[in-house]
Amino acid sequence: MTAYDVEPGDQIHAGHPVTVDRYTKSARINHWITATCLVLLALSGLSLFHPSLFFLTGLFGGGQPTRIIHPWIGVLLFFSFSGLFIRFWRANLWRREDGTWLAQLRDVLAANDDKLPEVGKYNAGQKTVFWGMSFLIVVLIASGLVIWDQYFAAYTTIDQKRLAVLIHALAAVVIICVWIVHVYAAIWVRGTVSAMTRGRVTGGWAWRHHRKWLRELVGGRQTRS
Amino acid sequence: MFPPLPNPPVQPMPAKFGEQDLVRRSASNVAPPARQLTQMAKLIDTSKCIGCKACQAACLEWNDLREEVGFNHGVLDNPLDLTPSSLTVMRFSEWINPETQNLEWLIRKDGCMHCADPGCLKACPAPGAIVQYSNGIVDFDHDKCIGCGYCIKGCPFNIPRISKVDNKAYKCTLCSDRVAVGQGPACAKACPTQAIVFGTKEEMKQHAEDRIKDLKSRGFVNAGLYDPPGVGGTHVMYVLHHADKPEIYANLPKDPRISPIVEVWKGVTKYAGMVAIGAFAAVGFLHHLISGPNRVSDEDEQNAERLTGGGS
Repeated sequence: MTAYDVEPGDQIHAGHPVTVDRYTKSARINHWITATCLVLLALSGLSLFHPSLFFLTGLFGGGQPTRIIHPWIGVLLFFSFSGLFIRFWRANLWRREDGTWLAQLRDVLAANDDKLPEVGKYNAGQKTVFWGMSFLIVVLIASGLVIWDQYFAAYTTIDQKRLAVLIHALAAVVIICVWIVHVYAAIWVRGTVSAMTRGRVTGGWAWRHHRKWLRELVGGRQTRS
Repeated sequence: MFPPLPNPPVQPMPAKFGEQDLVRRSASNVAPPARQLTQMAKLIDTSKCIGCKACQAACLEWNDLREEVGFNHGVLDNPLDLTPSSLTVMRFSEWINPETQNLEWLIRKDGCMHCADPGCLKACPAPGAIVQYSNGIVDFDHDKCIGCGYCIKGCPFNIPRISKVDNKAYKCTLCSDRVAVGQGPACAKACPTQAIVFGTKEEMKQHAEDRIKDLKSRGFVNAGLYDPPGVGGTHVMYVLHHADKPEIYANLPKDPRISPIVEVWKGVTKYAGMVAIGAFAAVGFLHHLISGPNRVSDEDEQNAERLTGGGS
């Protein structure tokens, strides 16, 4: 069996409980840079999206600074996320069990993990978040450049800018919703946050949520030894 | 001849309108003003315009603006387009009338139309950066402008320009500062042929009617008033000799209205977006409240230890 989604650095450590390395230090740093950018973008973007949230521009030093900094954070996020994409895309390729998993969303939400098919490093929900984020970030950077008037006003027509600003707003709303799903899942599924902070999860967490990945790790270890 | 406005007294006087007369304020709600000011308007009669650009000069002069020295592009339009300094420009169009084969020289003074339903104000995200007074004047408050350029996307006439110097949006104010002390706009004051006149909107419509009657008697059967209803009417109106074809006047839009894309962006998207974000957060909160956390059991840990052969 080819362990398609075992990523470099994934490793099992014996003990009580068993611990499993899930994310390398560089992956975690990459993640938190992206996360910080996304939160700052959401705050600055929302402040210009709805009048009731304009006060959020205060976090960035006022309206003008918010308008200046928002696109630059977007550029940083684009490159930072590109790093995550290169790291994670292979393990996020869609597998047969993902369809089954998604069809049993009711069991997912009811935490009936024993009824769900065994999944690899990422389940269908995580993969949806990954590809959703990837797609939306491309849409956001592309539409964002069109409405970055300070540097790119001359390259598009006003009609194109109108369309771009609408697409940018819609994509931003969707990505914030995807982000809520992402953060909520990490909070709801206890034991997940440590993967993003210290890079480790317990064996039980891997057994419960990503058993196929755990089996692959065990298999890989046996073939290596 | 339309009687010109008298000169004001030289003693300082309080402004005749201000904050208390706002009917719209960008990204905010205003209480309906206690009084309704008389609706004012500027009427530009293209048939009387001689293209002298006194209006452009007066506009720069009054607003204390200096246009950069430009280049001769071989046409009379100078500058070629509106800029953050040139809040008004004369646009010259050569048009051959297919019926008479006459070359007609159409000159239109371009600038903010002061729409009754202003797209710039609708699009603006900065509270109070764009305001509309009950006399019809749409004005920019540069202290509050954040330079995002949304007003440009909202405007159906492509009027506002962002300054590269201070990153703020500029457009004609209808000389709100002059109107506040009973004066007309500087361009109207300077116009030597009364192609630009200023007064109440009713007076202007009345005056336009006389002018249109005169033009019709001279063979311009399609002469008419440009006061486009798609933006609720404007407080800068044109008398056109060919009102059936406004586009021949340097692409004056035939039926201007706020772009439906802007309406969707600033309408349903704004509210639906907030509802969607709120709903996702609420569903997450409720889900956690009802089903509780998804915890790893001791059994899971034991199974993992058994599988990995670890723990021993």
